[in-house]
Formats: sequence, structure tokens, C-alpha cells
Amino acid sequence: MLTPESRGSLSEVVFRAMRTGETSGLAEAPPSDTAEDAQLTLWALYEQHYRGFEDVSGELEWDPQLIGVRRGLEQEFERTLRARMPEVPEPDGFAEKFFDFVADHDGPSLAAHVHRKATEEQVRELLRHRTIYHLKEADHTTWVIPRLSDRVKAAVMELQFDEYGGGDPNLLHAHLFVRGLEDSGLDSEYGAYINEAPLEVLEENNAMSLFGLNRRLRAASLGFLAAFEATSSGPSRRMAQGLKRLGFPESMIEYYTEHVEADAVHEQLAVRTICGALLEEEPDMHDDVYFGAWTSLDLEDRYAERMLKQWAA
Amino acid sequence: MSGPSGTDGMSGTGEPSADHPDVILCPGGPMLLRGDHVVQDEDGNEHRTWRPVSAVCRCGASAVKPWCDGTHKVLRKRGN
Ligand code: FES
Repeated sequence: MLTPESRGSLSEVVFRAMRTGETSGLAEAPPSDTAEDAQLTLWALYEQHYRGFEDVSGELEWDPQLIGVRRGLEQEFERTLRARMPEVPEPDGFAEKFFDFVADHDGPSLAAHVHRKATEEQVRELLRHRTIYHLKEADHTTWVIPRLSDRVKAAVMELQFDEYGGGDPNLLHAHLFVRGLEDSGLDSEYGAYINEAPLEVLEENNAMSLFGLNRRLRAASLGFLAAFEATSSGPSRRMAQGLKRLGFPESMIEYYTEHVEADAVHEQLAVRTICGALLEEEPDMHDDVYFGAWTSLDLEDRYAERMLKQWAA
Repeated sequence: MSGPSGTDGMSGTGEPSADHPDVILCPGGPMLLRGDHVVQDEDGNEHRTWRPVSAVCRCGASAVKPWCDGTHKVLRKRGN
């Protein structure tokens, strides 16, 4: 993957510094023009820690100037996310309260639209946007593992092992998506569609990295995971039905049917054996679990609102 | 000296050893099965587990029985 096209003054300056390796002037980098400019810049800075860019030296992964820009952007982003948070439930009876919190959250549903109404072109656009996360599916949670106690660490591994295909690359969830993309005539190369990713997709992706890459936010990362898994089975079934209705290839449908079953397991693990265990050990992390959970629900709502409005559905 | 995990209730890092049951009954939800099992469904068909953990439907409403597909949450929300 190459560095994306810039979307404003900040991304232009930062991406140029990344490509040339001349980062010393970044202390005087201009402020971002728009939220999209800021989020794309942050996305590219995080991406250095995943698969990186062919036109950026690996030496720059921990470049102090680039890390400095990243810190500024992620502090601002975290403040924005925290300001959006509602009140959280009381800490007693965590698992049941958590499932209720997620169930009571009634956001707009892209899966419902895909199920019954979406056109093939709309679904293809949605799949292109989903590549930004699905091609590195589960990776953001892997960052958290070394930061956990033995008990919570093992619980996360039990879930991640399934995400990574139980060790079989052909069953790895991100790889199932690659096959679906290829059979659907879409580009399966990592990052291929970053230039068309809207603000909401960048925010969703950046929130996962923010929580995954900052040890102090480990509870938010696991809360994000739990809400993400707990809102996956039903929508995945509707996605599969919509893809079938539109005649998408079997491999793409299977990606979603696999998630119906897998995530019915994962939501129980994420809520009970992962977040539940974490909170037994560290009860003061309760609000951060909900911070992550709310962020997952809210950012998906924002993306769904945008797309449904754009498609005037 | 601390013994192997399980003999003195402590793991190698000094953390108490955790419960790790083979079967977990989730309140209002599925039965989680750890490891390899063959599950016989209500019609006598056998289904082999293949995930590290599998969720067997207990509410009867799943569309992918014998596995859970999260439908129990809809029942729960309706107050059944
Ligand atoms: S227990 Fe989950 S669908 Fe029946």
C-alpha cells in the first residue's frame, strides 16, 4: 500500500514527511483543516504499526516527530469520543446489564437496508468501505494481549484463536473476506480503497487502534470488542440474506454466515470471560469498558446514518 | 516454592489460578462448550464442534441449530 491521497493541509505535510523521511519540521505542522484531514492523518500514523506503506521507511515507525503528531491527534480524538458518551449502567450484574445496554441501543441498520432494499452498487460501495477494517479484522484486539493478567489474556486468546482461523490461514476471518472480495470482482489488496473511505470509517478504524495501542485504554478496547461482537450475529445474517438476494458469490455470503455463528460464541466470551473477568480484577475499569462499548455502537451509527442518507434510503 | 499450576492455587506469575470449566451455561443464552464434542440435535443428526469454543442453542429459536445465532436476545428483549 502507498500513502493515501492527502485530504487537507495536515495530511499533506505529514504524508510528505513520511515519504521523504524529513520529519524535523513537523513540530510546526499546520493544524488540520477538517475532521477528515485529522482522521486520515491519524489513520496513516497508526497504519505504520500494522502493515505500513511501501513508500515509507520502516525506520519511521517510532520517529519522535511522527509520534508527537499522533499524540496530539489522538488526545483530541479521545476527548471528542468521551464527550459523546451517555451515562453508563451501575456496575452490579455486569453481563446482563451490558447485554441490555447493547440491546436497548437502537441505531440505524445498514444490514436491514442490505437485507431488503439495497442495490448491488450500494452493497459494493459498503464492501469497499468495510475492507478498511475487515482486511485487518481482529488485529486491534491483539495489541491488548500483553497488557492483561493471565486469566484475561487467556480468555482473549480463546476468542482471537477463532478469529485467526484456529491457526489455519484459509479460515482466518480476514482471509475469508479476501476470497469474498476476489470472487465479487473487488480489489482484495490491503488498503486498496483507503482513498474513498469516508470520515466515519476512518473514525471507527482509528478508535480501534487508539484503544489497542494505549495500555491505559485496555478496558475500552475490550469493551469495544464486546459491543462489536454483541451486535454482529443478527446483522451478519441479514447481510448474508441481502447478498444472496442480489446474487453475490457464495464466498462473500459465507463470510457473513460464518459471523452469525462465530459471533454468537464471541459475544458470550467477550462479555463474560473477558470483560467480566477484567472487571472482577479491576472494578475501577467499569466506565472504560462502557466507553469502548459506546464508541463501537456510536461510530457504527454515524457510518450507517451517513450511508443511508447518501443513498436516501 | 510454588508448585505447578493448580496444585497450590497459584499460577507461575503469582496470580490465583482461574476456573476454566468445560461447559458454561449462559443465563438466558446458549451453553458454551470448550473443546471437541459431537452434539446430537433434536432430530438425531450429529454435529461435530470445530471451534475452540462452541455455543449450543438453549432457547430453541436459533436458525442454525444446534448452534446459537444470538436470537435468544430478541426473545429476551420481548420479555419472553
Ligand atoms: S440460545 Fe442463542 S439462539 Fe438460542
